[in-house]
Amino acid sequence: MIRTLALGTALGALTAGAAMAQDMDVKLGVLNDRSGVYADLSGEGSVVAARMAIEDFGAADKGMNVEIISADHQNKPDVGSNIARQWYDEEGVNAILDVPTSSVALAVADITAQKNGVMINSGAGSTELTQGQCRPTTIHWTYDTAALANGTGGAMTKAGGEKWFFLTADYAFGHSLEENTTTVVQENGGEVVGQVDVPFPAMDFSSFLLQAQGSGADVIGLANAGGDTVNAIKQASEFGITQAGQKLAALLFFVTDVHALGAETAQGLSLTEAFYWDFDDTTREWSARFEEIHGAKPTMVQAGVYSGTMAYLQAVEAVGSAEDGEAIAAQMKTMEIDDPLFGAVTVRGDGRAIHDMHLFEVKSPDQSTGEWDLYTHISTIGGEEAFLPMLDECDFTK
Amino acid sequence: MFDLLGISPQVLMGQLLLGLINGSFYAVLSLGLAVIFGLLNIINFAHGALYMMGAFVAWMLLSYLGVGYWWALILSPLIVGVFGIVLERTMLSRLYKLDHLYGLLLTFGLALIIQGLFRNYYGISGLPYQIPEALSGGQNLGFMFLPNYRAWVVAASAVVCFGTWFMIEKTRLGAYLRAATENPVLVGAFGINVPLMIMLTYGFGVALAGFAGVLAAPIYSVNPNMGADLIIVVFAVVVIGGMGSIMGAILTGYVLGLVEGLTRVFYPEGSAVVIFVIMAIVLLIKPEGLFGKAA
Repeated sequence: MIRTLALGTALGALTAGAAMAQDMDVKLGVLNDRSGVYADLSGEGSVVAARMAIEDFGAADKGMNVEIISADHQNKPDVGSNIARQWYDEEGVNAILDVPTSSVALAVADITAQKNGVMINSGAGSTELTQGQCRPTTIHWTYDTAALANGTGGAMTKAGGEKWFFLTADYAFGHSLEENTTTVVQENGGEVVGQVDVPFPAMDFSSFLLQAQGSGADVIGLANAGGDTVNAIKQASEFGITQAGQKLAALLFFVTDVHALGAETAQGLSLTEAFYWDFDDTTREWSARFEEIHGAKPTMVQAGVYSGTMAYLQAVEAVGSAEDGEAIAAQMKTMEIDDPLFGAVTVRGDGRAIHDMHLFEVKSPDQSTGEWDLYTHISTIGGEEAFLPMLDECDFTK
Repeated sequence: MFDLLGISPQVLMGQLLLGLINGSFYAVLSLGLAVIFGLLNIINFAHGALYMMGAFVAWMLLSYLGVGYWWALILSPLIVGVFGIVLERTMLSRLYKLDHLYGLLLTFGLALIIQGLFRNYYGISGLPYQIPEALSGGQNLGFMFLPNYRAWVVAASAVVCFGTWFMIEKTRLGAYLRAATENPVLVGAFGINVPLMIMLTYGFGVALAGFAGVLAAPIYSVNPNMGADLIIVVFAVVVIGGMGSIMGAILTGYVLGLVEGLTRVFYPEGSAVVIFVIMAIVLLIKPEGLFGKAA
């Protein structure tokens, strides 16, 4: 960070004499989980991604002085709120990035609106961010539970998985994921034959898996995340559930989770992501740079922080100052973004970034050629189809 | 009795068996805690972190040295045990004369440090560890599919639990140990090296945690928090059984596994708290625990 800073300052000083340059200070705060369950999928990797965005944007050459700070919100709304307030009031932060964990994200969205900053959310899943609790200064970049449900739920039901049984993590996120997916399953002619609320966090899923097995469902929907999902998949394979023909749908699963499970156990699993490192030459090249710094391939959340930061900086450049968050968010909603990682992206009036989502299947160990060679691309779901329609009262461009 | 509350006897049997399997983990872990508390008077909060270490050492042996599951089952507890002995010699041994609280605080701090170090180096998502070839697959029991590995877990834990109980309660070595906790000065006067015995006891208790960690590696997510999630439940088991009671810890471990299994059928949402509810009731009615001696 110090190097980037020094570079920025030096270049800023050099160009200060030129007529076109106006020195502009921008301060970004990456607020995420740096020690808990989401630390691998967001954490320091998101900071790395944001730094890469500043570099690739050429902020220094454009006379923009961009600084990054980061903090750990520990997945607690009160901790996250305090940091966000302090950042806006005392540190002069202009925008907050990433913010996984929906409860924290919703709290930070409110504070951001009050302080006229911008929140570019990549890590959180709740659709509430752009629906019930939409704010003019919230941009929801990477994914949401509806897009995951549409991707995995829709595809698996169409492929013949008509009867579903849910193992639901017993808290707000799990229930919302189950609800979204149930809607999609029913719309596609499927039915839900049962569900069980699993206390969170859970280590042993065998009882619940046996209940799912006994239900005669075609698909067992895992409406949970992180270590819970890993445990459930590991044990489903152990109890011969996947071998017997029942399919598992991991409704929120990241490439780091698949990596943790290993292709042997995770093979055949369907999942939806907005980004995969091995998509084309551009994503491969970018991910290789990322891996060199961070030591692991990027998740879609980290890639989303990169793209979101890039778009934000473009908007700041167009507006000419980072001070008025609402103006920058409004500017982002007018841009046609051709993103190197997400393809064509537009930001809707409610702050929802619309881009393609992709359905993947985990490769078997024979198909996989390396540690991170994990997915086969099955299909692409267009942005309009993947995300929920915009609520009228949330259209802030009107 | 049959079709109790809409649950068929087959399902019930299956769930009871699964409860027994979870009970096996509770039993081995709470046994280690009970041994350490009973003989050293230390409330070992680092037990969960050492269980996690057991699983990680198994993974390291496999990935760095190519050493498989069976050797890991012996080597990993040994390594964790030696690590425990180092902790005991350098830190814990200074606390025996002080209040329980100091030992608890020290081991709690150690647990946080150990977890933090592993998280720093290996991340939070966890690491893959496969079921050994010889134990993959399973048996169809009619009412459920029993993976061979789970059957092995039950057998291995039963043998270890019984062996430990036998050693402490029925052998001469165990008698020395029990005598040393009653009156270390007197036992020392008979020419028995008490500090050495205490050190080895801690190493053994900790090795039990490492052993449970290796047993867990193929079926649970191997990640730095795996012990932290489990240890609170295990402490509740020890409290219910009676602090320091070897047999109490073992039996309570198995029984509470069964109770938890049943709760998963009848009221899954409550399965995470049922053990704590029982703990509260036991503390109200019999504060010294089900098998504990009144103080």
